[in-house]
Amino acid sequence: MAYNLKEAIQKQNRMTSGHRMCAGCGAPVVVNAVLRALKEEDHAVIGAATGCLEVSSFMYPYTAWRDSFIHNAFENAGATMSGVEAAYKAMKKKGKIPEDKHTKFITFGGDGGTYDIGIQSLSGAMERWHDMVYVCYDNGAYMNTGIQRSSATPRFADTTTSPAGKVVPGKQQKRKDLTEVMAGHHLPYIAQTAAVGNFSDITTKAEKAIYTEGPCFMNVLAPCPRGWGYNTEDLMQINKLAVETCYWPLYEIIDGRYVVNYKPKNKLPVEDFLKPQKRFKHLFKEGNEWMIEELQKEVDERWERLLALEKMTNK
Amino acid sequence: MNKCKSIRERLSGNEAVANAMRQINPDVVAAFPITPSTEIPQYFSTFVNNGTVDTEFVPVESEHSAMSACVGASSAGGRVMTATSANGLSLMWEIIYIASSLRLPIVMACVNRAVSGPLNIHNDHSDSMGVRDSGWIQLYSETNQEAYDNMIMANRIAEHVDVHLPLMVCYDGFITSHSIENIELIDDESVKAFVGDYHPEHFLLNRDEPIAMGPLDVQPYLFEHKFQQGYAMKKAKDVILEVSKEFEEMTGRKYGLFEEYKMEDAEMAIVVLNSTAGTAKYTIDRLREKGMKVGLVKPRVYRPFPVYEIANALKNCKAIAVLDKADSLNGAGGPLYTDVTSAMYTSNITSPKVVNYIYGIGGRDVRSTDIEKVYNDLRYIIDTGDMGTPYRYLGLKG
Repeated sequence: MAYNLKEAIQKQNRMTSGHRMCAGCGAPVVVNAVLRALKEEDHAVIGAATGCLEVSSFMYPYTAWRDSFIHNAFENAGATMSGVEAAYKAMKKKGKIPEDKHTKFITFGGDGGTYDIGIQSLSGAMERWHDMVYVCYDNGAYMNTGIQRSSATPRFADTTTSPAGKVVPGKQQKRKDLTEVMAGHHLPYIAQTAAVGNFSDITTKAEKAIYTEGPCFMNVLAPCPRGWGYNTEDLMQINKLAVETCYWPLYEIIDGRYVVNYKPKNKLPVEDFLKPQKRFKHLFKEGNEWMIEELQKEVDERWERLLALEKMTNK
Repeated sequence: MNKCKSIRERLSGNEAVANAMRQINPDVVAAFPITPSTEIPQYFSTFVNNGTVDTEFVPVESEHSAMSACVGASSAGGRVMTATSANGLSLMWEIIYIASSLRLPIVMACVNRAVSGPLNIHNDHSDSMGVRDSGWIQLYSETNQEAYDNMIMANRIAEHVDVHLPLMVCYDGFITSHSIENIELIDDESVKAFVGDYHPEHFLLNRDEPIAMGPLDVQPYLFEHKFQQGYAMKKAKDVILEVSKEFEEMTGRKYGLFEEYKMEDAEMAIVVLNSTAGTAKYTIDRLREKGMKVGLVKPRVYRPFPVYEIANALKNCKAIAVLDKADSLNGAGGPLYTDVTSAMYTSNITSPKVVNYIYGIGGRDVRSTDIEKVYNDLRYIIDTGDMGTPYRYLGLKG
């Protein structure tokens, strides 16, 4: 069914307000935009890796989750949900739960819990073909422990373990491309998205991911005002700039076929995305122009490669 | 309880345990290969693929994921089992604690093997001893029969409303897991009736009552939650005895918290877990012929530790040797020794002299002559009153 924002926001949020996430945080926006794709009659088991989302949404004895929810540890959200899904199959087979009603399995993990410490658990769960969706909310560092660098942190970003020092100007390594790592798992549906515009992109992709049988993966940009250093009211603007600069392209991989969902007519320079963020402040000092050039080169190369992949897989 | 049909078989320990799992027919088994427990998921996946069970088998990519998937499946409301050894259990360590804290009655076969390093695939108890205080019930098994019987009783104990704790059935790698012994299996129908269905009160897949598992549990709550875990562990003792009584009615095989062998008039006793107890019994029979008053206490239930019961069983001895197949590397003694001496002191039983032997590390053979040496040492302690060094080694070269 065609997406309609007015209708979509009529649905009750599956994650309630009253949670403890920061103002201007991208993660709860991502969560509710994804969960709005659930059919109202469907029950869900939501999982989360240890991280901001988990500690802020389920602090005993309060939970912000209307659905069933499980948090196990930091690095095992994939494996944990694979167990839940396996029990569902077995219990359905044995008639222990109703045959005609459906439960969906959706797990959230930050980039730390997904790109880094949880990648094995995620990879295993996907390869074993559990009928579940894994959603990475990527804020590009270990925010819950105080903004330490992860493999999702962009090059040159200032974090507490890759500080912009006098000799070493921030993180020295390139950002891992997890969406492409997941493409190597040959899943039925993979999406990269962000909460932009009327949320059509993220919610439509979530619907496909949730209602495609088999393991599906979504990589969603989730800016962090504390870690990135932007004004809390600018969340949506930051998301938009990430997309308009092609720093964070919106695309899908449907059974191996690439679809780039948005190609900006006027691709903005990456500088526009970097400038409002304090973590890139040192890039704008005199003599550091080369860093912005390097980042622009990286963005361009990845964007061109993505367009080539789209062309190649749609022949 | 009706008496079951007994089926005489010859099976290895792993085969017997896998068969118990087949008879229990759990909802989910998630496991990863590691010697010497690998055969269990092997046998079990054959049962799955031949349609003998209707379990979902999750062939995970690591033991960490095995225990993580078990936590997920058990929280979901399923009856869940797994198996591992040594480094596999070490890799699970983090989630072992989470499983017990979430009060999930997961049942595991722990086929005891030395934890690296250096690498060694043979039997000792360093793996399960490493998680002795993780909130899991631990049952130890001397023989294939005991491993099988413990496994049949495991779900009933773990899932009991007063307990709700995970449970591991421990038995010796290779010595028990791979040796073929005569065994009496229980017929499938009797196992099914004995174990029963699992209907948890709260579970993730109950769409009528969504629940949240695994909170952030800070200063005002964690202490009380840990207390409740500890309380459940204490209650487990009575439940183990109740279930064991029912099991005896069904099979005629009697199990308690520990087994006493020729302890009635024993002056000297060995306390030892698992297969070495068999060697000890053999030695006791021979030494008794020579008139030595020797006996054995073989703990079956190590967690919860039967403090007063064990102390009481040992109170009339003059000298006791506690044999540990795992060294605590703490300069003080092995874990079983520390527990036994603490139990005796707590029970105000202080007259027996109690020494500790670390033995069998990394699969070092333990012979009847070694056991005989221990009893002779105890004889010497009684005769001379000289305890010497209480923290000793048995079978150490050089």
